[in-house]
Amino acid sequence: MAERISRVPVREQDPKVRATNFEEVSYGYNREEAMLEASRCLHCKNPRCMSACPVGVRIPDFIEKLASGDVDGAAAVIALDSSLPAVCGRVCPQETQCEGSCILGVKSEPVAIGKLERFVADYASEPKVEKAPSNGMKVAVIGSGPAGLACASDLAKWGYGVTIFEALHKSGGVLQYGIPEFRLPKDTVLARELDRVAALGVRIETDVVVGKTVTIDQLMDKEGFKAVFVGSGAGLPKFMGIPGENLCGVFSANEFLTRNNLMKAFRPDYLTPIRAGRKVCVVGGGNVAMDAARTALRLGAEVHIVYRRTEAELPARREEVHHAEQEGIVFDMLTNPVEVLGDEKGWVRALRCIRMELGEPDESGRRSPVPVPGSEFEIPTETVIMSLGTSPNPLISSTTGGLETTRRGCLVADESGATTRPGVFAGGDAVTGAATVILAMGAGRTAARAIDKYLKNL
Amino acid sequence: MFEILSKEMLTPNICRMKVSAPRVASAARPGQFLIVRADEKGERIPLTISDYDAEEGTVTIVTQKIGASSSDIISFEPGESFADVVGPLGLASDFVKCSSEELAGRHYIFIAGGVGTAPVYPQVKWLHEHGAAVDVIVGARTRDLLIYTDEFRHVCDNLYICTDDGSEGFHGVGTAMLEKLVAEGEHYTRAVAIGPMIMMKFSTLTCRKLGIPITVSLNSLMVDGTGMCGACRVTVGGKVRFACVEGPEFDGYEVDFDEAMRRQGQYKQEEAEAMEHHVCRIGRGK
Repeated sequence: MAERISRVPVREQDPKVRATNFEEVSYGYNREEAMLEASRCLHCKNPRCMSACPVGVRIPDFIEKLASGDVDGAAAVIALDSSLPAVCGRVCPQETQCEGSCILGVKSEPVAIGKLERFVADYASEPKVEKAPSNGMKVAVIGSGPAGLACASDLAKWGYGVTIFEALHKSGGVLQYGIPEFRLPKDTVLARELDRVAALGVRIETDVVVGKTVTIDQLMDKEGFKAVFVGSGAGLPKFMGIPGENLCGVFSANEFLTRNNLMKAFRPDYLTPIRAGRKVCVVGGGNVAMDAARTALRLGAEVHIVYRRTEAELPARREEVHHAEQEGIVFDMLTNPVEVLGDEKGWVRALRCIRMELGEPDESGRRSPVPVPGSEFEIPTETVIMSLGTSPNPLISSTTGGLETTRRGCLVADESGATTRPGVFAGGDAVTGAATVILAMGAGRTAARAIDKYLKNL
Repeated sequence: MFEILSKEMLTPNICRMKVSAPRVASAARPGQFLIVRADEKGERIPLTISDYDAEEGTVTIVTQKIGASSSDIISFEPGESFADVVGPLGLASDFVKCSSEELAGRHYIFIAGGVGTAPVYPQVKWLHEHGAAVDVIVGARTRDLLIYTDEFRHVCDNLYICTDDGSEGFHGVGTAMLEKLVAEGEHYTRAVAIGPMIMMKFSTLTCRKLGIPITVSLNSLMVDGTGMCGACRVTVGGKVRFACVEGPEFDGYEVDFDEAMRRQGQYKQEEAEAMEHHVCRIGRGK
């Protein structure tokens, strides 16, 4: 009978209303809705959802607790494998992970695992955390994003004295500067996750740019850190390298989002300026592109997403694409910019693009876009936001002896997170290049185990 | 916290502050900058480091009142603390890597304009201490706006003061002073210009004419200052560079100053509006 209930819809802010504010789009489930949705789970003997989760959250187990009304019990199950459930429930690409593997999805809709995780994280009381007594050993964690927070939490639970060094003035990494308020509220959801980490005794020192303010060598030789975890993310924005990219009004998505999220430029009482103008073109099709587009929309602009493939290839979460469409973002697919055109004062006036068509499948099996000759046209616009991905920042690799990097600037690390330098571990986007919150968190936890093993054998 | 230990107004609009920032102070080198965020709602403002003392754990910043954020920074008093001071950022000046032997044969000329005069000081001091010959041209509109002239007297070989109105020293701009010195037979191995973008542009044009290599320090717009936002991108030698991590100092001959000036003015309208509505947050508490 369970499968006869259809997926419980989640309540959301009306698209017309939310297009004008920065409050969270999804209200999430209430208790009754969550318990009803939880009752849809078939409790497969071989839970495919769990193997599709990068950190292996025991999904059927937490759902079972939740279905019986035991929210705290469900939270305890999730906590065994994930340190940021309120975040992951909101930002994970569930459709390609847990929910994408749910057996119910074959004939109808998968269990709303992400929404259930979010409900549990938001509504459970603070879990009692067992913490080992201090072992007197200090570990430095560089970066307070998902990888660093996960690594630091585990090490602190095991008795290590952990200090996180954060380059910006607020902790959270991409959760703070990258993901907008309307997807991940900062003062409630993110602050609560950060408080939990602090409650474990993790010290966070903000305003420290490792590689500039202090080097890894100094941390290890002079400040007594026995091991270091590098979770510095992939912070450098890519540009297209087309003419006109330095015109006034062309921004990286990183800049646009950092001004709005970290610096709170959308609030009139904060001093950092932001400029969207009346019309914005966002180039790219990932989550960051959707975030930049929906931010510009909320600042009052007409927004176009310019993407060289088709909607089917958009790498963004389905939910974000859907929300963006509902809010009135225009999707210009099979369109690739060739030049940014400026006015006589050096400001953007239009984006010159070429039409694309999908050609033969490449090695990856994806049909690669090829330009249609002679199809150039102009999209008049005031602002262009480049959202083409990011790469790791060389600040650390270039100032730390013995740390090898790949051709693409990523730190070389083995499966456990060990880099080419003894005592230095790494994980998350700094190693993989831009990926997801959950993968970074998983890498942080894996590295924590490796650090523990390394220090016990010193 | 980053406590302000001392404060003095060098001119009615230019303020010097010594701030406690031990980590920044012990890592700072000439040519680098830092970022100050005055309080929770403030902007991240990049400022060149005007002096640093690792033992004392202090850095000195010199701020000119231009907009709402710089007014806020200046409104702080000794005993109060900035929310954030982060740095040192950017690369140190090239000469920091040179040995005293290498520096001994060199003759530097610094062209300092306005508030840009302050960050020239640690560079001149370093070169002087490491055996290079250093002359400094300090320019301002009028004598009351001259800063750092006393400080320079102790650390440079020759100090030349210029004012646009002739109220003190040479009557004219810094580049005219440089041309005069070269005409009189001075020979410089390198010039360094720090000041308003337009002044660095003209210093570069003059140096090109005189055949002197020149370094300029670009005060581009920035948010994070660590390479993350790309607001500071400039075209240097035909390539896009990030002033925050690959600069702030570049070969003046290669910088596209016109683009840099346009990009620097991107938020002029917003800044003017902010200034109009700005209520200085003095007495905001600790």
